[in-house]
Amino acid sequence: MADLALAQALDPEAAVAGRRRLMARVLIYGILGLFALVYIVPLLVVVMNSFRDQPEIARNGLISLPQSFGLDAWWSAWDSYCIGGNCEGMKRYFFNSLWMTIPATLISTMLGAMNGYVLSKWRFRGSEILFTCMLLGVFMPGQISLMPWAFILGKLGLSNSVVGLVVVHCVQGLSFTTLFCRNYYISVPDDLIKAARIDGAGFWRIFWKIILPLSPPILIVTVIWQFTGIWNEYLFGVVFTSGSQQPITAALVALTAGGTTASAYDVMSAAVLIGALPPLLVYFLGGKYFVRGLTQGAIK
Amino acid sequence: MGLENYFSLWANRRWNVAYTNLFLFSGFYVLGSMAVGLLLAILIDQRVRAESVWRTIFLYPLAVSFIVTGTVWSWLYNPSSGIELLVRNLGWSNFSFALASDRQYAIYAVIITGVWQSSGFAMALFLAGLRSVDGDIIKAAQIDGASTFRTYRRVILPVIAPIFLAVAVVQIQFAIKTFDLVAALTRGGPGISTTFPAIYVYDLMFQRGQIGEGAAAAMMMLVALAVVLVPYSLFVVWRRRREGQNG
Amino acid sequence: MSTLTINDLRKSFGLVEVLKGINLEARTGEFIALVGPSGCGKSTLLAMIAGLETVTAGEIRIGGRLVNSVAPKDRDIAMVFQSYALYPTMTVRQNMLFGMESRGVPKDEQVAAIKRVAALLQIEPLLERKPGQLSGGQRQRVAMGRALVRDPKLFLFDEPLSNLDAKLRVDMRTEIKKLHHRVGKTTVYVTHDQVEAMTLASRIAVMHQGEVQQFDEPQTIYDRPANIFVAGFMGSPAMNFIPAELSTIDGSDAVSFPGHGGGLTTLKLHRSAPAGISGRRVILGIRPEHLSRNNPEVRGKEGLATLVAPVEVVEPTGAETMAVLRVGELEVVGRFTPDEAPRMGEDMIVSVDMTHACLFDPATQRLI
Repeated sequence: MADLALAQALDPEAAVAGRRRLMARVLIYGILGLFALVYIVPLLVVVMNSFRDQPEIARNGLISLPQSFGLDAWWSAWDSYCIGGNCEGMKRYFFNSLWMTIPATLISTMLGAMNGYVLSKWRFRGSEILFTCMLLGVFMPGQISLMPWAFILGKLGLSNSVVGLVVVHCVQGLSFTTLFCRNYYISVPDDLIKAARIDGAGFWRIFWKIILPLSPPILIVTVIWQFTGIWNEYLFGVVFTSGSQQPITAALVALTAGGTTASAYDVMSAAVLIGALPPLLVYFLGGKYFVRGLTQGAIK
Repeated sequence: MGLENYFSLWANRRWNVAYTNLFLFSGFYVLGSMAVGLLLAILIDQRVRAESVWRTIFLYPLAVSFIVTGTVWSWLYNPSSGIELLVRNLGWSNFSFALASDRQYAIYAVIITGVWQSSGFAMALFLAGLRSVDGDIIKAAQIDGASTFRTYRRVILPVIAPIFLAVAVVQIQFAIKTFDLVAALTRGGPGISTTFPAIYVYDLMFQRGQIGEGAAAAMMMLVALAVVLVPYSLFVVWRRRREGQNG
Repeated sequence: MSTLTINDLRKSFGLVEVLKGINLEARTGEFIALVGPSGCGKSTLLAMIAGLETVTAGEIRIGGRLVNSVAPKDRDIAMVFQSYALYPTMTVRQNMLFGMESRGVPKDEQVAAIKRVAALLQIEPLLERKPGQLSGGQRQRVAMGRALVRDPKLFLFDEPLSNLDAKLRVDMRTEIKKLHHRVGKTTVYVTHDQVEAMTLASRIAVMHQGEVQQFDEPQTIYDRPANIFVAGFMGSPAMNFIPAELSTIDGSDAVSFPGHGGGLTTLKLHRSAPAGISGRRVILGIRPEHLSRNNPEVRGKEGLATLVAPVEVVEPTGAETMAVLRVGELEVVGRFTPDEAPRMGEDMIVSVDMTHACLFDPATQRLI
């Protein structure tokens, strides 16, 4: 540092360049800081309000530094708050979402891995066409498939049930999981498969012994993608279920729509956080894989 | 039967509002999130400290649902509790910020929230693109005497041009499917001012039981998607083939 | 007794015929090299022998058994891939065990086989490592080890050395040769490198455009190439081709072509040309090493002819010196010992060893 200062004292050009560099750094961090504020504040507001007293919120507004602290709102939101006449809090809906998301994530990921394996390593006549058709599913708006699903769920006797939603999400998620896995398996050398065939391994043995052990990177990406996607999904949840069978996203909308309770911001904040926590947790724990999923899902 | 459903769909004022909203929203939402995303990506690309912290902050909205985002922002837009109250409490007692409750401007509240939610996504894609640019051409530009700004404008951004297109297509696709965000933020209101095609389909099919016309509206959504995606995929295939020939 | 017999084998992908009637056979213990430029069909042929590609027409027999529709695992073969294709999640030991486990080989035999092969290839210290932790040469050994533990009838190599750097490639070439000598298994070896083919094989099949151009012992292929393609492909620098006309000089057959200063150069042939083709156009093929500086020691040696040629480029490599000579409109490459190396710009008097000259028919491209 001393050397640098000395050099700048002796060399006016270096001093000017140094000052300009400093200005640029200040500008960069300034703009980034400003945007970070805009991104962080909504989260902070909700977190703080979930710990504040309702009277204090009513007095000072939502965006204000907390002057009280309590966990009452969280307990209330978890198991006693009334949503649509049902006073059990969010816990039922939280578990609905959990029992919907976990099986649907695992099943759709597993099926996607098998599809990807077949479509990349056991090509058959028409497999490219089949793959293109599956790709269309990635872009299809959910509204298109609402009526067919309502019909199918009715036939299966799964209307208004969490199991029904699991079925819907397994099939709807297949496009993405297949796409992810197929694109990953494409980069697995075909020679490995040939070597294994010569070594006497069949279709399933190659899948279990060669392909799956190579798959953790893509399976993590797929599981994270499916988990957050299914947990956050709203349309199917609100259309195919009602009342006590709803997933947490639908329950949140019902909760905040209730006109009479519009002012209970403390409890609603806690409820919103309960709904946002699982995917946020996944994001903070597996951020690298989450971003990889995003970029792959978008570009390919 | 036949095309009847389509005629009655296009004669419906609410559907026309929905379609106009879609164009307005798509334009501002795509441009907005790309502009913010690109700015953030370039800033982060300047070898900033704690890069992963910045990225985590800008990307976390993508992990939460549109329902959560929409709900929270509806509180912020609410004049009696959100931003308006904050500013008034700070001393500016006749400040007015009632974006979401004004028929004319409610659509912009949706746009702002949409941009907030998804510019991190654009940033992630742009940053990946910036990182993939061959370091040697950047060095060459510096030796050629180009300023940082000029290096980006003339050398780096043209190289990642395909990413702009990819981001735009993905965002337009999101825009056409927009449902959750509006459902939680404005529920299509005030009045019908923030109705979107996806909302309209849902209302017709499941609130009013007009399944035929609802299906017609859903088909129109599909057409809109096809108009964007078909040329894009043809372009991608064409480009890949051309690169295949040159490679 | 032949281990591999291929009769009129054909392969088409859609309308494109990539193999147009291949006939080959490998005697037991023999080392066959399939050599040719990329796209000549050699790798497709190997994949068909392995059972990884289906047969369009013709037949493949391994050990006398028709295997056209036999699955790869039941053909009693082992294969070494260009990319080595080692299973990346398994250790070296597991890689070598995988094939035996798939076939249900008894445990004690598995252990014995690994021990035997690891000792043979000197890879015992590597057994517990993953492929990612090995160098290129080590991976190459493991890939061969995986093939060897199975003790198959037939070994298939698909360009196994092309991913190694130049020096290692030469070392591994020697290793493979030693190994084949010791194990004595019938081997089919695909390569695009004619030096590998020459050094390793007991017989070479030179392939081009889906056909076997010549199938013979290495020295025969080098000395008497069946056609212009084989002559040009085998040998580096390539054989020189000079369009010429058959003539007679002093009562014996000769070839003449435009030479130095616009005059006609005439070289006397060592073997007389087949009767009745005098005056016909031919292509004279001369390998670079059959040119030398005309000096008193070699003068008078049988079958030498001389010509004068200006030296245009001289490229010393240390052990020998290549030179580009101008002969009429053509450039002719010569390979000289350093002490008789040409100087740039010199008009050199060159001796041509006509005992090794080849004549080709310009219409059919075949050796006359």
